[in-house]
Amino acid sequence: MTSVAVLDYGMGNLHSVAKALEHVGASRVVISDDVATIRAADRVVLPGQGAMRDCMAAMHEHGIAALVDELVRSKPLLGICVGMQAMLTRSDENGGVDGLGLYTGQVKCFNDVPTIEAQRLKVPHMGWNTVSQQREHALWDGIADGARFYFVHSYYCLPDNPALSVGRCDYGLPFSCAIAHENVFATQFHPEKSAQDGLRLLQNFLRWNP
Amino acid sequence: MTLAKRIIPCLDVDQGRVVKGVKFLDIRDAGDPVEVAKRYDEQGADEITFLDITASVEGRDTMVRTVERMASQVFVPLTVGGGIREVADIRRMLNAGADKVSINSAAVKRPEFVLEASQRFGAQCIVAAIDAKRVSADGEPGRWEIFTHGGRNRTGIDAVAWAERMADYGAGEILLTSMDADGTKAGYDLALVKAITSAVRVPVIASGGVGNLQHLCDGIVQGGADAVLAASIFHFGEYTVGQAKDFLAVHGICMRR
Repeated sequence: MTSVAVLDYGMGNLHSVAKALEHVGASRVVISDDVATIRAADRVVLPGQGAMRDCMAAMHEHGIAALVDELVRSKPLLGICVGMQAMLTRSDENGGVDGLGLYTGQVKCFNDVPTIEAQRLKVPHMGWNTVSQQREHALWDGIADGARFYFVHSYYCLPDNPALSVGRCDYGLPFSCAIAHENVFATQFHPEKSAQDGLRLLQNFLRWNP
Repeated sequence: MTLAKRIIPCLDVDQGRVVKGVKFLDIRDAGDPVEVAKRYDEQGADEITFLDITASVEGRDTMVRTVERMASQVFVPLTVGGGIREVADIRRMLNAGADKVSINSAAVKRPEFVLEASQRFGAQCIVAAIDAKRVSADGEPGRWEIFTHGGRNRTGIDAVAWAERMADYGAGEILLTSMDADGTKAGYDLALVKAITSAVRVPVIASGGVGNLQHLCDGIVQGGADAVLAASIFHFGEYTVGQAKDFLAVHGICMRR
């Protein structure tokens, strides 16, 4: 029996991730911005959609930013998409936005990558791409190295510490699409939209005891 | 490895049932949308699109409930289109569990709607649906215009310029339907697909006219499409999504298997 709080700070579609967590066996999923409710949950998901500036502003407004600092030390935390990007120091999106700064690193735009232009790759990076597992992790359990996950993003993460990266994707350049540190795991791709492998990752998250 | 090309089965939904949207054939009931979508999910569909062809208010409420049911059981991206006219419509569909909405006539009426929607919800969930019809004579270089109301109303808007504008306004993707090809089963209008994929940097989904698996292949290889959408070839069991993927993979196209 495990309960999950999906942090709600007013951005985008949280229904998908909640439904997927229920589907893989979470006993209770709450979508909430209430500090007490979030503290009471066994595990926490930090989702994110849309523009980084709006996400960060909403996180500060709802008191999520301060709370995440505490959660990082206390329970399993899964970041998804902009939820992963927000963990780094700073993003180039919207003319430059400070992230939560849990880990030092930058978030860069695919449009500024010369090889993306040269190879005429589309931006956003949208669709199913392969994820190379850079090291073993409980959340990769039962998922083949090189399995495809669903991505939709125009910005990518560049963590300073390469050891943080547990998953690598390639789109014009290799980039980190999953990071892990202690009780935190975060993905650039959307596990809740990635069919069986995505559901497996969410199930692994529910069972994870870091 | 590279990004896989996507196969997207499309469900035309009327009053909560999947229908076959081909004008010159009898409308055939193709089942409960949730059951149909689950079947495609199991077959390996990369995304699922459903278009609400109902005009009535009761029909819209049915659609919201259908999206909710589908989102609890299907774990690939869902796009919902048809009747998306204002920000509240988008919010309702996203809250029900859709991942993307496609905007068509509301954008023609007021292009800034796409800009506002993209700023509000992010480009990743805004699909600009473009219905284009060839207006150039045979032998002339291809030229297409945007038509509305099922092809009856000519807008005078050039399709390539429109696609560029939609991408500039923050559409994260373009769903391109050839009104000439739609329902013919004779294949996509490849010149149209090529013209649009060459003009914009956002992904393009080719739609309209698929009658066999070679047509899907042509849309990607000749048209340059990032994703191919088809309806009737999947609905009545002519082909499974898995068969389509096998066929495209044999032809050297990168697929999620």
